[in-house]
Amino acid sequence: MSEVKKLSKGFDINLAGKAQSTLAKTALPETCMIKPDDFVGMYRPKVFVKEGETVKAGTPLFQDKGLEGVMYCSPVSGEVVEVKRGEQRKLLGIKVLVDKTIDYVPFPKHTLSELSNLKKEEVLPTMLESGVWVQIIQRPYGIVADPNTSPKAIFISAFDTSPLAPDYEYLFKGQEINFQAGLEILSKIVKCPIHLGLNAKSEVSKIFTPYKNIKTHKFAGTHPAGNVGVHIHHVSPINNGELVWTLNPYGVIQIGKLFLEGKYDASRTVAVVGSEVQKPEYHQTFIGGCIDKLVANNLKSQNVRFVSGNVLTGTKLADGKDYLGFYDQQLSVVPEGNKPRFFLTEGWLAPVANRLSFHKALGLFSFLNPQKEYTLDTSLNGEEWAFVTTGTFEKVVPMDILPIQLLKAILANDYENMEALGIFEVIEEDLALCEFVDVSKQPVQAILREGLNMMREG
Amino acid sequence: MHFLHDLFEKQRPAFQKGGKFENFYYLFEAAETFAFTPPTTTPSKGAQVRDAVDLKRLMMTVVVAMIPCLLFGMWNAGYQHYTAFGKPHDFVGEFWFGLKYSLPIILVTYTAGGIVEVGFALVRKHAISPGFLVTGMLIPLVCPITIPLWQIALATIMAIVIAKEAFGGVGMNILNVALTARAILYFGYPLQISGEVWTADASGNIITAGMEGLVNGYSGATALAIVAQAKTPVLEALNAATSSWSPNMYSFENLFLGTVPGSLGETSTLMCLIGALILIVTGVGSWRIIASVFLGTFLTALLLNVLAVNEYMKLPAYYHLVMGGLAFGAVFMASDPVSAAHTEMGKWIYGLMIGFLTVIIRVFNPAYPEGIMLAILLMNVMAPLIDYYVVQANKNRRLKRATV
Repeated sequence: MSEVKKLSKGFDINLAGKAQSTLAKTALPETCMIKPDDFVGMYRPKVFVKEGETVKAGTPLFQDKGLEGVMYCSPVSGEVVEVKRGEQRKLLGIKVLVDKTIDYVPFPKHTLSELSNLKKEEVLPTMLESGVWVQIIQRPYGIVADPNTSPKAIFISAFDTSPLAPDYEYLFKGQEINFQAGLEILSKIVKCPIHLGLNAKSEVSKIFTPYKNIKTHKFAGTHPAGNVGVHIHHVSPINNGELVWTLNPYGVIQIGKLFLEGKYDASRTVAVVGSEVQKPEYHQTFIGGCIDKLVANNLKSQNVRFVSGNVLTGTKLADGKDYLGFYDQQLSVVPEGNKPRFFLTEGWLAPVANRLSFHKALGLFSFLNPQKEYTLDTSLNGEEWAFVTTGTFEKVVPMDILPIQLLKAILANDYENMEALGIFEVIEEDLALCEFVDVSKQPVQAILREGLNMMREG
Repeated sequence: MHFLHDLFEKQRPAFQKGGKFENFYYLFEAAETFAFTPPTTTPSKGAQVRDAVDLKRLMMTVVVAMIPCLLFGMWNAGYQHYTAFGKPHDFVGEFWFGLKYSLPIILVTYTAGGIVEVGFALVRKHAISPGFLVTGMLIPLVCPITIPLWQIALATIMAIVIAKEAFGGVGMNILNVALTARAILYFGYPLQISGEVWTADASGNIITAGMEGLVNGYSGATALAIVAQAKTPVLEALNAATSSWSPNMYSFENLFLGTVPGSLGETSTLMCLIGALILIVTGVGSWRIIASVFLGTFLTALLLNVLAVNEYMKLPAYYHLVMGGLAFGAVFMASDPVSAAHTEMGKWIYGLMIGFLTVIIRVFNPAYPEGIMLAILLMNVMAPLIDYYVVQANKNRRLKRATV
């Protein structure tokens, strides 16, 4: 059995509004939208459909001109009602009206035992055409993987430690066969080790029990212990010139389903969570589903922010009628913090204990009550300053990486140092806690992406 | 508090571009952000919620940690005065004496520094730095209570301009600002900040020798000055210096408690340790630096004990920890996150070196009885070099991994 890797650095943001293990009886969304902005580093989308056309689940909607052959497909069947464009005709999203019963593009079906006889040449085209390929993410950069490259390893994280994260145990219950089939298919397309990162704190669930040829590793610690980037760093770190592919278990299951059932199934379970949700629980929807049904009559207050994803790395949605992000498995609803705070009663000099901080300069005795759940709003809680090095960044990054020095190298456009300090080993989510704890309120994740873009463009 | 915020917002147009006071926008902004955390929300991508602590809160925590030193220093200033003149005294009287002469120093420092900060903010069009909350308190605490007000004002202004603003403002300085101010005083006006200047007479000035009413045998020399000139075993010399007017003044216990002459806030090791506890528990100060300065001092002093060729070198190592400004420097000056080493390994080296240099300067340099100020300033300059090697080691580990 694998030994446990203990991570002492990190921080759990214990928010109010955790999902109960129940499935809401909400109706499925009426519309879905696939947004190119959800795919980091997309060059330029080429659209295949027009408004008014009908598509099936698995019909290509667009492809990236920088990565031709990888199809971004419709999650559902129905009519394309809008090809939304912004300034300079930039594609913002393609909206599809959802049919009552989903019609799927047919792909070849196999039994689980037949999968091992399949060859890469048979498997790869199906994956690229059907839309499941997009689930494979390449490190460095955190972009959709290029099928013409070969990674040194594939990593899958079997747990999520981010704030209010959905419980994978619940999310993927009963998907064992699909997960196993997905792993089988992955082993067909590349000849490299596949690593599965497990949570040492909980029982190994049925779905993530050891499979043959899969290496498992256990990690114990606070967030970001569940981040796949942390697993890679401790198991098989990315050196210059090396590639690693990562998948969410959802992607593996989707790939498995494609080959077992012959369809691109983009239905998914999402957790609707946060302090402003009346009943935080799980809901059934599709990739890119409209959130209106999820939040209707389910809010405690009106001045809220809808976040697709978790509150550390997520994206703010425009309103309660916006759409979930492509990769997101949770919708977080938190209070909007757009009100001034008087310095003595609520602000920077107030002796308040009900606000969460990594520093104990607030809530000095918070360690007495580690289970306390906090309600955080979206206030920046201060003004932006030049980096003031307080030594906290190092305490929330459980990797042999110097975050401050890396960020300063990016700000100085210093390519050589960015590389030497390990920019290839991280993406936004790995430094998200730095952004949270930063007293100078710098946009750490945006700076990192800027650096990654610089490196990518050379 | 809504009415107050509305009142602020009503004035905003006058300060914005085209308004009557547009040149003073940052003054307006500082006043408003002082009173109210602005309603700014997080950007649409990335961390949607943020830690409740901001720079102001962080700085305030340091100020709070200094309060024990300040209060004790005020009382001690009175205590030293009454002891020197052999007058009957009580706690309230002592504290009142200290308050009367230290409050003006603090006010002048904050005012002088505040004017410079505001001036720079207006000219350079950036927000007013909250860093001065700390600096403005640190400077009075490392000066004698007898310091002329004009000198402290001048030193504060020069230090902020030379040590901070010239390098780009908050977060960019290489040297600790408060220590720079002290160094300016030390080298510019040595008569008022070295020698026997620590105890004030009834009107707050330096006691001059032979002054009327002084107790017999009075000397204002600090423990460091006494041991530096000791011809007899140092502990005897310390004992002899005050035996006729204040027996046991320089016992280890009194040095630890701080009932000895010295700068306003630096005498009490105990109070500094309380401050250190606040800084470490709140996660604001680096325990690595604080601990390593003490450790470096202690180890170096032990080494000197072994190699001792004169009386000073034989001084028990633990005395070094409680004498002079070592504790204050370790807790409040060395741990300044901006001017210290930034890497974790670097912080150990940085702290140990400060401790080492402090003892070396104390023992081997006849001109400067106290070494902590110069040691910290020197290591401030060296900190980037230490970091350079620590960062280089990190890079090498990464490179080595690739080639294995």
